[in-house]
Amino acid sequence: MGIQRGHRARPLEWLAEKFIFLVSLSAILMVFLIFLFVAREALPIFFGKTDTALVQKVIPPDEMDTLSPAQLQQYLELTPEQFASMDKETLKSLMEVKQEQLDEIPANFRNDPDARVNTTEWRYLLLPHKWSGYDKPEYIWQPVGQIQKYNIIPLFVGTLKITLIGLFFAVPLAVGAAIYVSQLARPHVREIVKPTIELLSGIPSVVVGFFALLVMATFLQKIFGYQTRLNAFVAGIALGFAVIPVIFSIAEDALTSVPRAYTQAALALGASRWQTAWQIVLPAALPGVFAATVLGFGRAIGETMIVLMVCSASVMSWSIFDSARSITTTIAAEMAEAVSGGPHYRILFMLGALLFAATFVSNMIGEVVINRLKLKLEGRR
Amino acid sequence: MNTITPPEYLPEKPSAQGRHFRAEKFDFWSFCFSGLTGLATLFILGILAVILLNILINGWRGLSWHFISTIPKKDFFDVNTTGVLPMIVGTTIRVFVMTIFVLPVGVITAIYLTEYAPNTSIVTRVIRAAVNNLAGVPSIVFGLFGLGFFINFVGKNLDTLFHNPGAVWGQPALIWAALTLAVMTLPVVIVATEESLKAIPPGLREASLALGATKLETILKVVLPQALPGIMTGGILAVSRAAGEVAPILFTGVAYYMASLPTHLTDQFMDLGYQIFVLSTQSPNIDQTRPILYATVLVLLILTFALNIVAIFIRARVRKKLRALG
Repeated sequence: MGIQRGHRARPLEWLAEKFIFLVSLSAILMVFLIFLFVAREALPIFFGKTDTALVQKVIPPDEMDTLSPAQLQQYLELTPEQFASMDKETLKSLMEVKQEQLDEIPANFRNDPDARVNTTEWRYLLLPHKWSGYDKPEYIWQPVGQIQKYNIIPLFVGTLKITLIGLFFAVPLAVGAAIYVSQLARPHVREIVKPTIELLSGIPSVVVGFFALLVMATFLQKIFGYQTRLNAFVAGIALGFAVIPVIFSIAEDALTSVPRAYTQAALALGASRWQTAWQIVLPAALPGVFAATVLGFGRAIGETMIVLMVCSASVMSWSIFDSARSITTTIAAEMAEAVSGGPHYRILFMLGALLFAATFVSNMIGEVVINRLKLKLEGRR
Repeated sequence: MNTITPPEYLPEKPSAQGRHFRAEKFDFWSFCFSGLTGLATLFILGILAVILLNILINGWRGLSWHFISTIPKKDFFDVNTTGVLPMIVGTTIRVFVMTIFVLPVGVITAIYLTEYAPNTSIVTRVIRAAVNNLAGVPSIVFGLFGLGFFINFVGKNLDTLFHNPGAVWGQPALIWAALTLAVMTLPVVIVATEESLKAIPPGLREASLALGATKLETILKVVLPQALPGIMTGGILAVSRAAGEVAPILFTGVAYYMASLPTHLTDQFMDLGYQIFVLSTQSPNIDQTRPILYATVLVLLILTFALNIVAIFIRARVRKKLRALG
């Protein structure tokens, strides 16, 4: 170390080194902060602190003194800071307002059993519920209205549906192209094709969404002749466009990193180029192709604008020609109208936290698999 | 397996292409499958060509100087009077402010990772894992982060600190959108800079150290000037990525309509990508507004693609250098 640092300006060097080290920690800090602050806004949902029950027991303002401060704060739906900043008079007038509000609830809701339940409890979020007016228990995401229904299962199904369609479309194409470019194409073809495909990832997703909405939706409807023009199928294919370059570049890297000796040995034994690519190179690089798919999956479930523009109705259906609404779309479309700090807002943040966790896991798996593959291939070289 | 036998044995001709002569016999299935992978490649290139040509041909007609240099009136769906000046300005400024934040942090992190970090230490591995993870976080989650952290936490606290009567910092603003994008593009800058730092021959560093320069002097005066093209690539890639992103700015600063250009960091702004979203989903008559929609898309594409192609070009040169080093 002494020799490396040279002999002059030691204290300054030391300071600079520490500074550089501290700045480089910012990436860790950011990941940490993202998780912390997205989850922070969602915490009340996890701990069951939100209440959407429309009909509550009315507490007359005169009985204010019988309540503990915590109860009062919850009753008036205030944050601790707001509560602390108010004097007794303000609180009393708020209680009068609250009483009037509760009195104004229409009679038909007053007798509705659904108006008495807290729809942000886990069983309403995850399990089907027989809402009044429906004949059987159903999964419903309907955050606007007197009785807000927050079942997140339709969003999961929608996300999964669109993502899987996208992957079924993108993986064969991208892996096929990766095999062609890395194993079969001539060098000068490769030099042109590879950056061109990577250029596809430079198209902003809002432009892909626009293209899918205006051009592709009509075109695909003519071919397949389905009913709804904008559906999960169109969204999935458009999503595929966005995922192809991701899968292609990782798979191509993995295929190229297979040692030349493998290929040369196979060719020398009389295998054709295709047989070599399919039976020797692809199996050796298979973990890399798998990682490419996993990372493509992470990219696909996080994609927002394409799905937001192409389809948006939250219907609970497994049919690929029905509309669907993904988690990302829901957050993007509804955050603007959600009241800051309200249950809807909190649930959207919770969805964001879940999304973050899902991509975090898929990234980790992808990274680990790729690193192992690299070690293995380098070790054998 | 073989359903078709090769027609006849041809004496092998010496090939002009050196390593690509075909020693193998003609194999039907090999031919088919190779063809399929070739078709997949062609199909992807075809999609790219169709998207680009479609936008270029349709967008060209709507593009005019008037369109680029006009601030639209309240109703920007009107084909004749609308313009994209505030959107171009908004997108440019938010990306520019982002660059100011992301470049120093990204470059310094890359310097640490290549020049200082002990390769085996846990901290280094955690930093690398964090960078990779940051690259994979969905863009909408960055939007939520911007809202939850920058606006609701940092902004609100700044307001309390300065005793602002209303919300000045604690609301969607240019600065928060730029900072959110800076967090999002951090990995892009780090990876590109690291690549270019690795491409610099170790001999240069050793020579500088042998002449008595300190490590910091070596980095500042020898390594960084050499790495400049790579750092520029990183910056350009980050800019082109950020210019097209809409999801992170949805809740952190974009405005549906503003009568004037943004002048302060706490102003909201209009944005090209968001404008494309609005024009294509909320237009009262999509057939009528189609020309301006296409023209807006073309403007955004020109902006991002021009940058991308420059970056790819510089990057190819850096990679060649890297390969020459072995």
